[in-house]
Amino acid sequence: MSGIPYLTLVTFLPILGMIIVLLIKSEKIQLIRITAAIVTFLQIVIAALMWSKFNFSAAGINDQSSFQFVEKVRWIEIKNLADWIGTVKIDYFLGVDGLSMPMVLLTALISFLGVLASWNISKGIKGYFALYLLLDTGMMGSFVALDFFLFYVFWELMLLPMYFLIGIWGGPRKEYAAIKFFIYTLFGSVFMLLVMLGLYFSTYEILPDGSKVYTFNMLQMMNPVNYSKEGLLSPFNPNNLRFIAYIFLFIGFAIKVPMFPFHTWLPDAHVEAPTPISVILAGILLKLGTYGMMRISFPIFPEITNQLAYWIAVFGMINIVYGALCAMAQKDFKSLIAYSSISHMGYVLLGMASLTTQGMMGALFQMFNHGTITAMLFMIVGVIYDRAHTRGVNDFGGLALQMPVYTGITTVAFFASLGLPGLSGFISEAFVFLGAFSNETIRILAIISTLGILLTAAYMLWTMQRIYFGKLNPRWENLPDVNKLELAALSPLAVVVILFGIYPSPMLNLMNTSVNKLVEIVVNGQVTFSNLSALIK
Amino acid sequence: MTVGLNHFLALSAVLFSLGIYAVLTRKNAIQVLMGIELILNSANINFIAFAHYGNFGLTGQVISLFVIILAAAEAAIALAIVLNIYKQYSTVNVDEIDGLKE
Amino acid sequence: MNENILIQLSILNIILPLFGFVLLIFFGKRLPKSHLFEISTIFVGLVSSSIVSFFKLNYFEDKLIVFDFRWIDFGNVPFFGNLGINIGIQLDNVSVIMQLTVFIVSFVVHLFSIKYMEGDPRYSRYFAYLGLFTFSMLGIVLTHNFLMMYIFWELVGLSSYLLIGFWFEKKSASDAAKKAFIVNRIGDVGFFLGILILYANYHTFTFSEIFGQIAQGNLPFNSGAWLTAAGILIFCGAIGKSAQFPLHVWLPDAMEGPTPVSALIHAATMVAAGVYLVARIFVMLTADAMLVIASIGAITAFISATIAITQTDIKRVLAYSTVSQLGYMIMSLGVGSYFFAFLHLITHAFFKAGLFLGSGSVIHAMHHEQDIRFMGGLRKKLPITYYTFLIYTLAIAGIPFTSGFLSKDGILGGTLAFAKLTGYWFFPVVGFFVAMLTAFYMFRLVILTFHGEARDIHKFEHAHESPATMLIPLISLAVLSVFIFFSPNPFNIEAGWFYKWIETPKTIVPQELAFSFMINESNTSHNIIHSELYTETLHHSHSTAMILSLIMAGLGILFAFVIYQWRLISADKLSIKLQPLYNFSYNKWYFDELYSKTAVAFTLGLSNFLAWFDQKVIDGIVNGTATITRWTSFSSGKFDNRVVDGLVNWTAYVTGFFGMVFRKFQTGKVQTYLVMVLTGIIILFFIFKSL
Repeated sequence: MSGIPYLTLVTFLPILGMIIVLLIKSEKIQLIRITAAIVTFLQIVIAALMWSKFNFSAAGINDQSSFQFVEKVRWIEIKNLADWIGTVKIDYFLGVDGLSMPMVLLTALISFLGVLASWNISKGIKGYFALYLLLDTGMMGSFVALDFFLFYVFWELMLLPMYFLIGIWGGPRKEYAAIKFFIYTLFGSVFMLLVMLGLYFSTYEILPDGSKVYTFNMLQMMNPVNYSKEGLLSPFNPNNLRFIAYIFLFIGFAIKVPMFPFHTWLPDAHVEAPTPISVILAGILLKLGTYGMMRISFPIFPEITNQLAYWIAVFGMINIVYGALCAMAQKDFKSLIAYSSISHMGYVLLGMASLTTQGMMGALFQMFNHGTITAMLFMIVGVIYDRAHTRGVNDFGGLALQMPVYTGITTVAFFASLGLPGLSGFISEAFVFLGAFSNETIRILAIISTLGILLTAAYMLWTMQRIYFGKLNPRWENLPDVNKLELAALSPLAVVVILFGIYPSPMLNLMNTSVNKLVEIVVNGQVTFSNLSALIK
Repeated sequence: MTVGLNHFLALSAVLFSLGIYAVLTRKNAIQVLMGIELILNSANINFIAFAHYGNFGLTGQVISLFVIILAAAEAAIALAIVLNIYKQYSTVNVDEIDGLKE
Repeated sequence: MNENILIQLSILNIILPLFGFVLLIFFGKRLPKSHLFEISTIFVGLVSSSIVSFFKLNYFEDKLIVFDFRWIDFGNVPFFGNLGINIGIQLDNVSVIMQLTVFIVSFVVHLFSIKYMEGDPRYSRYFAYLGLFTFSMLGIVLTHNFLMMYIFWELVGLSSYLLIGFWFEKKSASDAAKKAFIVNRIGDVGFFLGILILYANYHTFTFSEIFGQIAQGNLPFNSGAWLTAAGILIFCGAIGKSAQFPLHVWLPDAMEGPTPVSALIHAATMVAAGVYLVARIFVMLTADAMLVIASIGAITAFISATIAITQTDIKRVLAYSTVSQLGYMIMSLGVGSYFFAFLHLITHAFFKAGLFLGSGSVIHAMHHEQDIRFMGGLRKKLPITYYTFLIYTLAIAGIPFTSGFLSKDGILGGTLAFAKLTGYWFFPVVGFFVAMLTAFYMFRLVILTFHGEARDIHKFEHAHESPATMLIPLISLAVLSVFIFFSPNPFNIEAGWFYKWIETPKTIVPQELAFSFMINESNTSHNIIHSELYTETLHHSHSTAMILSLIMAGLGILFAFVIYQWRLISADKLSIKLQPLYNFSYNKWYFDELYSKTAVAFTLGLSNFLAWFDQKVIDGIVNGTATITRWTSFSSGKFDNRVVDGLVNWTAYVTGFFGMVFRKFQTGKVQTYLVMVLTGIIILFFIFKSL
């Protein structure tokens, strides 16, 4: 670690912005907005700088030396807290590799565009942007934290601002949606907390002075050597607790994804949340679930991942097909997009579960693409809702005549969402299928999941037809086309979607070394981790 | 019939009882004070009687003298208190003076 | 002129229409006459592709010119080593000829559209979409791998969606666009799965590498069944795009698009893609896969021909004739006569484009009247349109001296030879029967439209011949429908250069999986890929087929004239006599109804059920859990209130009670206190006394 602490900057810049926002008088609306925009834009600049300095051949995953922009400082240290705890030691440990770098870029991009989309929030602007920026820090922190405890702190840090952002600035049923979101996610976090503590009391780190202390360091948890023999979640331990712990952790992440049957908070939260919050929610927050699986569940529990991959794929398939079918029946534009989100996150699960490079890369890229595409879709819903104050799919018709530019952008987003080649969604979905099909055990699931491609096309085009085609409903004769600000928020996403659809290599090269390493760890981990327990028996 | 110690003690007991009775039952504060005087005097009689019949020297008489002096002083202070009570409550009826309750 | 220049020109050819598309989308409304720019890109492409074809065919005749680059890198994949995805283009004789065809048809369609679409509010957008369409098709034609094929395959789907739904204000148009895309996607899913089978085994998408592996006996998942499955699944893509049974339903509806678009879709771009795809994978088709393909082709040809004879919309008749002709091509590939399928693809492209543009000219003249029952007698008003239309009709009916004769005759000969060798007589029977139907309904169309009396006098009066920009395309396509462009001998294609250039590729499937006639042991000379027995049989069948097909076509034409021109048999009476058959045909075998009652209804029903299920059951469980939690907390709150807190309050109450009792003793009166003291003393006295 040397020079500029990029990760600290990129993570805590929004907090700084929040403080500035809080210091500004609440009447100076424009100033507050501009501050938020500048702060988030600076975040993009830093993220882009990191991208340019990124070493594409360093793998990361379980090896600290090949992580990049690492910052590791002792954060909390309590000597001999109690006999059975010993010394508590928590590091401020940040670092990125090919798994997290795309997510950092995504977070920076979506956060900035979210600020632009927030421009016409009219109530409690100061509080709104302060919470928004706090949320930004939480998300960014979760993606770059490498210490489990720190990860958990950031993870929980996201909950509160989100709760208020939905609960105060939301729609008619905002209280219900906010509390549902909050409790559901908290429910998941509790499981995660349990597993985190279980792992903590099972792994040792050897300090420079030779003493052994328990550790929250994720990277240490990935190496079986660091486990104590009698540890609760140690692979040496012949009990089956690791299996249960994996399921606990999985539920914690699955709620965030959200995976069937834990998905019902999502449509409610989306429908009630204001547009930019939906954008953040779908664009970034959902990714944390799958990111957590890839970053934590997979390398720490490789042997159980192998064991359960089939079931993850089953749930992925259910998400794809079920989400798509549910989306088809929705009458509300926003809940339609919300269900399509569920469907698309299914591809991520399916890709991960394939345990192949193509599949995982597809999953990771799908996370990025889903972030950009769904962000676009929610902004599109926002545009129309701001003007017409209704979101009923059947209330519209013929908007293509009235709002041609808007329709053009919608076409890009819709076709990207249904996986049209030439747009980024296709590449990731194709990779997911390549991977899933290559894995013999889940081949049949991959085949069933291709139904998703078909159903997505069906409901997307049907929606397209109902809203944009046909005769113009005279009620909407005065709707203006997208304004400059909305265009500024939408067009960068459209550009990203098209660019990565035609030439995805800049993003894929970022990932491939790490993904290959991850696949290797997971597939080999089956051998190393399982052998250990066999040795003990 | 000779007057012996028992007669003195009986007199003193009667006086004491009368004094107690006065202290406990009289409404007027002055009467209560008089009761107290009676009690003190009954005590004096006891002292003198035991001094006379016993072998204690002059100790009994001396203490009696002390008691008389104390009684005088006490009467002076008590009367002053009664006067103040009268100023405060406009009465010397002890039934009405229940400030200790508070 | 070396290979690199050819490649560069081809890449330029692909990019040019895309450039036109991008320019028109963004600046179409601001630039005056922007469509001319787009047309000029197509014209440049036409010229450059002619150059490419000329040099490729003459100087690099037997050479496969490939350009590829690594598009996506997977890095060092564990257990496999370095993997990635290459994309690129390849120039062989088939692709350059197809490229040229696409440009020719696209250019004439563009030219035709200038006047036809005049006055449309979205004029520049229309040309943009045409450019996108051409671009997508060129990608399919020139690619050297399955992935790019799939990518452009879907892009063709997109462009067709945009163009079919071009007049999206009409519900029928947007319905048709949606239907086209979704039905195509059904096929595409199969295509994609087929590609997945190949990729999962060979970790590459490139044709030559995959075929190389198969040729070495390296079958997918080590089983011939998977190879058959891969072939059939990839063919599913063609079923969708080339509108084969059972996915042919989108194509007639696609007539909702502007007529020049139909010409483009039906001739050179969209539907041709399916045939082209099957031709590309021809070498890896096993005998079983080929039988499936041939059967699908034959069934399609038959069904659509029977539908075409009763349709009254001029474009729908043509649409079903396209489906039928595509069925021919697919069947031809299925029975192993690769060359004639490809020849028919090219000849059909020209005369079918001509037919559609001709019908466009008619529709334009009749002020957007499309029903042939209201036409008639237009020969006098539209002479040039009529004569060109007649040439195309002769070509599609397979009359000598036209290009259609050469290709159709070849296809029929191929089925005949196939039947002789394998015993599947179904194919030639259907083939010849359809040939008769084709001749019949095409002449029915010509007669009803151009001959006889005008049935709608008002519209007839106002009809006028189309302007030059519309007639030039018609004439040039008519010229291209003459035999001379394909062979100097009108009765034998083998005399022509086309035969020299297009070589039937050698099958690579293991012997036990292929038809025996496909394998040539001796491997002697050019263009004799099949066994000698087959070549011989084909020669014998050739003359039989020629005579038979002429008889069938003549019969068809005769019937058409008998019924519609000379009216010896009344069409109305015939239709009443054959009422059930007529209705069955007129309603397109009730396919649309069948699908909407089954597949569509099922999907919608399922989706509604699942949405209900999601909201009531899944979310119900979540909310139920919340309710139970709330109820539990409510009861525990009550317990807390009554019992736990009750105990505390009770203690306080008891204390208070005693306080109430004891406060009575505190009177504030000294005398009372003294009494108590005295009582106390007395009690104490007695207590201590007893001790």
